[in-house]
Amino acid sequence: MALKLNQSEFEIERDESKCISCQVCVRQCSNDVHEYDSEQDNVYSDNIKCVGCHRCESLCPTGALKIKERQFQFKPNYNWTRDHLRNIYKQADSGGVILTGMGSDKPYIVYWDRILFNASQVTNPSIDPLREPMEIKTFVGRKPDDLEFEITRGSKGRGVKLKTQLFPQLELSTPIMFSAMSYGSISLNACRSLADAASEFGTYYNTGEGGLHKDLYKYSKNTIVQVASGRYGVDVDYLNKGAAVEIKIGQGAKPGIGGHLPGEKVTSDISDTRMIPEGTDAISPAPHHDIYSIEDLAQLIYALKEATDWSKPVGVKVSAVHNIAPIASGIVRAGADFVSIDGLRGGTGAAPLVIRDNVGIPIELAIASVDERLRKEGIRHKASIIAAGSIRSSADVIKAIALGADAVYIGTAALIAMGCHLCQKCYTGKCNWGIATQDPYLTKRLNPEVGTRRLLNLLRGWSLEIKEMLGGAGINAIESLKGNREHLRGIGLSQRELEILGIKHAGEAW
Amino acid sequence: MKKIYIQEEYCIGCRLCEIYCQVKHSKSKKIIKAFKEEKSDILSRVLVEEIGYNSFAIQCRHCADAPCVEACISGAMQKNENTGVVICDENKCVGCWSCIMVCPYGVIKRNTSSRKVASKCDLCVDEDIPECVKNCPNEALKFIEEDKEKENQVKITNEIRK
Repeated sequence: MALKLNQSEFEIERDESKCISCQVCVRQCSNDVHEYDSEQDNVYSDNIKCVGCHRCESLCPTGALKIKERQFQFKPNYNWTRDHLRNIYKQADSGGVILTGMGSDKPYIVYWDRILFNASQVTNPSIDPLREPMEIKTFVGRKPDDLEFEITRGSKGRGVKLKTQLFPQLELSTPIMFSAMSYGSISLNACRSLADAASEFGTYYNTGEGGLHKDLYKYSKNTIVQVASGRYGVDVDYLNKGAAVEIKIGQGAKPGIGGHLPGEKVTSDISDTRMIPEGTDAISPAPHHDIYSIEDLAQLIYALKEATDWSKPVGVKVSAVHNIAPIASGIVRAGADFVSIDGLRGGTGAAPLVIRDNVGIPIELAIASVDERLRKEGIRHKASIIAAGSIRSSADVIKAIALGADAVYIGTAALIAMGCHLCQKCYTGKCNWGIATQDPYLTKRLNPEVGTRRLLNLLRGWSLEIKEMLGGAGINAIESLKGNREHLRGIGLSQRELEILGIKHAGEAW
Repeated sequence: MKKIYIQEEYCIGCRLCEIYCQVKHSKSKKIIKAFKEEKSDILSRVLVEEIGYNSFAIQCRHCADAPCVEACISGAMQKNENTGVVICDENKCVGCWSCIMVCPYGVIKRNTSSRKVASKCDLCVDEDIPECVKNCPNEALKFIEEDKEKENQVKITNEIRK
């Protein structure tokens, strides 16, 4: 069977006048693309093995390498696109389900790019965040229905005391958290970078469903522990190690689909953390088999609250699907303290391509409709909304908050900060950047000291930009922006889209 | 004194340290020219040792009580009293290789390209940070004070014991 119908996706251009045959590319490629011929003192590259991760290009000391997208792999056809042909050839070869990694790259409308943010002019003053205090601290958790106060009389005179007992909250120094990525789907060095950066910056990272490695116990104050359908690594100590508990129902990249960590990735460390035998497949069922209704979900939420002594917020993560608004309403009524919603473009370590690219709805529409629904039902304060699924910049963060989210989760953006080049080959376990792999040759490539520093820089940069934008709009606290859709205008959107987003079109005034 | 230390758990075996060391010690100091035209003349003074996925870069440790200085028959190998850097004066070196025989780390190389001389790490004395450290893509190489490294080692050992 020598006939291969698929062509190489990338073209590796090696400038021979610059190549010094130092073989860095040979040593760095986990896909064995480059090969050194000692007789000819030349390096040759095999285009077909290249996944386009740009590791060799980034490390080449002379800039001799260029990885280019190969044009005209097939005769151009508007209907039968390159991707369709590639996938059909692949499936005709293998007969399997096509897997992929990261979020969908299909050209669906990105509503973030069709929404514009407001600024102050004349009638209300803008604020300079470098000179005046700007509050972006956020609390995630259930808020009380009303507040009761007590007047106290002491030797120093009269004072006011809050009588209402508040619910447990997560305190975020910036409305950005790292989303759930398990140890197993990413390397321990990557987990360590996320945990370290979160604890340094005063925000949270999420364990995913991979359990909590003992090296990460020291970050427990900044850890959200996840309970997913496989229940990997879950016991009462695990629950109590976290600052909050999140029940994972679904993930934006693969709504309705479970997970599968292949046995070869279940090393002794991962088997300890997940509490499963070494080398066995870790299969997370598609549903939680004890949750077939909102009432069942309520039982689990209260069981977890009981197990953690009512000391931590317990939330639920769902993917954005067609009926997300009533689903979110049910989740809040079931007693969740926060609802995390993961949109269509959310990332993954492995998912069937057809699911990733065709199932779910964009996060922008989901936040808007959930926020709207919860407000109408008068239960918006009972839970925080966390938006996830391709938050690409501080502008996306601020738009998400203005649409009604309390905070956002970033996953892909965090990985990119650590070096990810979005080659979408996470499921192969051969991540050349040392992120989505357990291969000891590759995991070394992410020095957690460097990873932490880069993540901290990203959080800092985005936080500064958020403050700038808030100041420009004359707002001095992020709380005042939550659900404040008057600060958003749509551009190039239909009447129906504007209605769902609950915003006016650009040019429309009061 | 400041020395180069390797965190071997983050050495990725790319050997860029070797490449930049060669460039630094070439005549032209230009990477493409150095490799295309002077390749046979330049030796890397840092070595990457590898077994399986374990790898680390090693170069002269600039020992406090350097055996190579003791063994040198011509007085070429000298330890600078102020900086602590051990340097081979290539004009005095006669190529007897005594230093190579006594070096406990095996980091002195024979340079036989023009004159027979011993070639070893000079800590890039004319630079603030040695080239190998500057160009390590994973920051596995560190240029820090000896005392600080000892503190680090104690910390690591304590953590492992826990």
